[in-house]
Amino acid sequence: MADKHSPSAGILATLAWRNLWRNYRRTLIMLTAIVVGVWAMILFSAMMRGMLDEMVQAGLRVLPGEVQVHHPDYQDDPSVVNSMSAPKGKLLQVLNTPPVTAWTTRLKVPGMISSERDNRGVLLLGVDPAGEIALGFDPGDIVQGRFLESADDKGIVIGRKLAERLETRLGKRVVIMSQNPYNDVADRGVRIVGIYRARLQATEELFVYTSRALLQKMLEVEDEISEVAITADNYEHVDAWWRDIDAAAGPDLDTQPWTVLDAYLGSMYEIQGTMNVIIMVIIFIALSFGLVNTLVMAVFERVREIGLMMALGMRPQWIMYQVLLESLMLLSLGLVIGNALATATVLPLESGIDISVVGDGLEMYGMGATLYPTLALEDMLMSTLIVLVLGLLASLIPAWRASRYNPVEALTKT
Amino acid sequence: MSITTRLAWRNLWRHGRRTWLTVGAMIFCNTLLIFLISFQFGVYSLMIDSALSVVTGHLQVQHSEYNDDPRLRYSVPYGIALAERLRSETKIEAMAARGTAFALASSEKRSFGIQVMGVQPTFEPLVSTLPGLVKKGRYLNNNSSDEIVIGSVLARNLKVGVGDEITLLGSGRDGSFAAGVATVVGIISSGMNNLDRSIAQVPLDYFQAVFSMGEQISSIVVNVDTLSAVAERKSELTATINEPDLVVLDWDELQPGLQQAIQADLFSAFVMYAVLIVLVSFSVLNTQLMSVLERTREFGVMMALGMRPGSLARLVFLETATMSLLGLAFGCILGAAVATYFQVNGVYIPGMEAAMEQYNLPGELYPQVSIISVMLGPLIVFTGCMVAAIYPAVRLYGLQPVAAMRAV
Repeated sequence: MADKHSPSAGILATLAWRNLWRNYRRTLIMLTAIVVGVWAMILFSAMMRGMLDEMVQAGLRVLPGEVQVHHPDYQDDPSVVNSMSAPKGKLLQVLNTPPVTAWTTRLKVPGMISSERDNRGVLLLGVDPAGEIALGFDPGDIVQGRFLESADDKGIVIGRKLAERLETRLGKRVVIMSQNPYNDVADRGVRIVGIYRARLQATEELFVYTSRALLQKMLEVEDEISEVAITADNYEHVDAWWRDIDAAAGPDLDTQPWTVLDAYLGSMYEIQGTMNVIIMVIIFIALSFGLVNTLVMAVFERVREIGLMMALGMRPQWIMYQVLLESLMLLSLGLVIGNALATATVLPLESGIDISVVGDGLEMYGMGATLYPTLALEDMLMSTLIVLVLGLLASLIPAWRASRYNPVEALTKT
Repeated sequence: MSITTRLAWRNLWRHGRRTWLTVGAMIFCNTLLIFLISFQFGVYSLMIDSALSVVTGHLQVQHSEYNDDPRLRYSVPYGIALAERLRSETKIEAMAARGTAFALASSEKRSFGIQVMGVQPTFEPLVSTLPGLVKKGRYLNNNSSDEIVIGSVLARNLKVGVGDEITLLGSGRDGSFAAGVATVVGIISSGMNNLDRSIAQVPLDYFQAVFSMGEQISSIVVNVDTLSAVAERKSELTATINEPDLVVLDWDELQPGLQQAIQADLFSAFVMYAVLIVLVSFSVLNTQLMSVLERTREFGVMMALGMRPGSLARLVFLETATMSLLGLAFGCILGAAVATYFQVNGVYIPGMEAAMEQYNLPGELYPQVSIISVMLGPLIVFTGCMVAAIYPAVRLYGLQPVAAMRAV
């Protein structure tokens, strides 16, 4: 008997579709609401993703690398005393195999820089220029002169803001000072060969680049380094490989991924997914009242018709399916249009939105003055999932009520 | 109760469930807005307070060039006397003179480039929270002794404790070589790494001697009672000082990032709120349009009996207004209750510790409930809902009684 009275899925779909358009105004208003909601969900997550990606990328360029290896005491006390020898053996082997795409070693110590006019506390970076560029230093950021050219370059590259503070310029000599392992202050005169710009002013004032060999010689620490910076060009998957580095580096060295090295970036990255879902759910709840309302009304004005269908032998569960199908169609239509609209909005913006009006404020958050919204399939799928699952759950109440009508009472209802 | 009012009220309850669902959307939206706006206000004032109370203060008197280019030579002449005069003439107690310079600080074991601040031990506690954060030893108590208090991380990095000596090397205001040896008398621990890594304070007279400042200082820091009094105090100070080379800067000019960070956050939040309000308005539009459409015949009869389209439109507006007022009232009560609960108990967001530290915020945040934070959101929602009722109401003007009475 069950099969005889079950309408085919095709008929059910046709019924649901036609019912949807019986009151086209109501359906269109609800559809617009769903479209706006879905559009906003995707737009917000694209903005947040873009903002975060930009923040992390920039943060990693300054850090640099997704994983760093240090002497265990270095983080706490960044002195030349807490340095280590260059990677060798097992560590070297891991560093030269995928997924690692590039690595470099740096000697990084706090120091002072003095011009004829003024002096400042800075971080002296003794680097290998080629490695630095591989880790993300953009030679295009050199606004005057050149970047360091070889591992024993005799010049120094400083930030634009620092040059301004020191009242010095390209070609001038400055003195750099830092402490050597024997507690003496070592100093050396060097010529400014390049001036770089950075996204954040604080960076321009803090980092001073010299060649690794020059700094090692000045501090009398041949072959000693402060850190190994490693990248695999994909910050999202760092958890998959940093432990291999850690294992190869051994217990005498401290290996940390960027999420630990920059706790602020790490926590922002952690909570981003949750934040997106919370925003999506809030938007959905605001939407759901209207959705349930629409369905309640649609069922209410069809009470007699539903009674008749039941009297003719349609089973309650099919009535329920039909209402759910109606809701599913409405939601799907809204999702398709909403997604299309969001894609159409975000794609042209992916080249960047200028938000320098609040540039200083964003610098406080560690962000640059251009926002690059990023459309992610993940976010679109997440919004679709939330809208469909929660939408059908919300529709269950009116759908279930529709199936509970007593045919005789429903038929006689005016 | 007039007949229109009674009609509107009864009409609403012809479909009780529908009305409650629409009101429910408003209540949800209003509660959320009240909580979020109160929360934002709370966080912002905390951000401003904690950013300013540490070092910056609400207002500073400086040489006009100093803020853009903080050099010793851009200084305030006879600054201590000026601060004294300002204090007596403006009746603002919280005022302290400071000197700031870069120096290489060396202990027996380590050296670091740091920013040294010369402060007046008597007045500094009135403008800064740092003197109260001395966890070991004591704060400075003599205007001219060769003493220094430093941050805990700096102390650890320099490997010094209370009683040890620190050598300061730098250049004086006249370009001469500046050197001094100061004894550590206290260690400040604020819990904020950046601060504990960089803070170093010496008495102002000693500072002036070491850096060849003579009677010069770098700035006078002023704290006022409330943020809203800043503008008034600023013009008062400017008038009292009356020197072309000196300027009075408010906190927004001293830390432009702060205000903009708030604006950026406010803007993105308001976009989100706008979406919520639009969604709720759609819900109202739908309900009202349906309720107008299903009453076409009824409206036809009423018009045939002599009611004018304007009165019918008024009826629809009255219905929407009643519904929106219900949403407003319940939303405000619920929202204020939720926000007040958290104002008392605090909001703790797990996983945000590092982000909070970035903005000098404590672990728990407290929403700030005020008339504005409670009424702002709901009033906009109310307006949005009333705007949504325009289309259904306007449709009534095109209604022909005879055709309407025949409508199905």
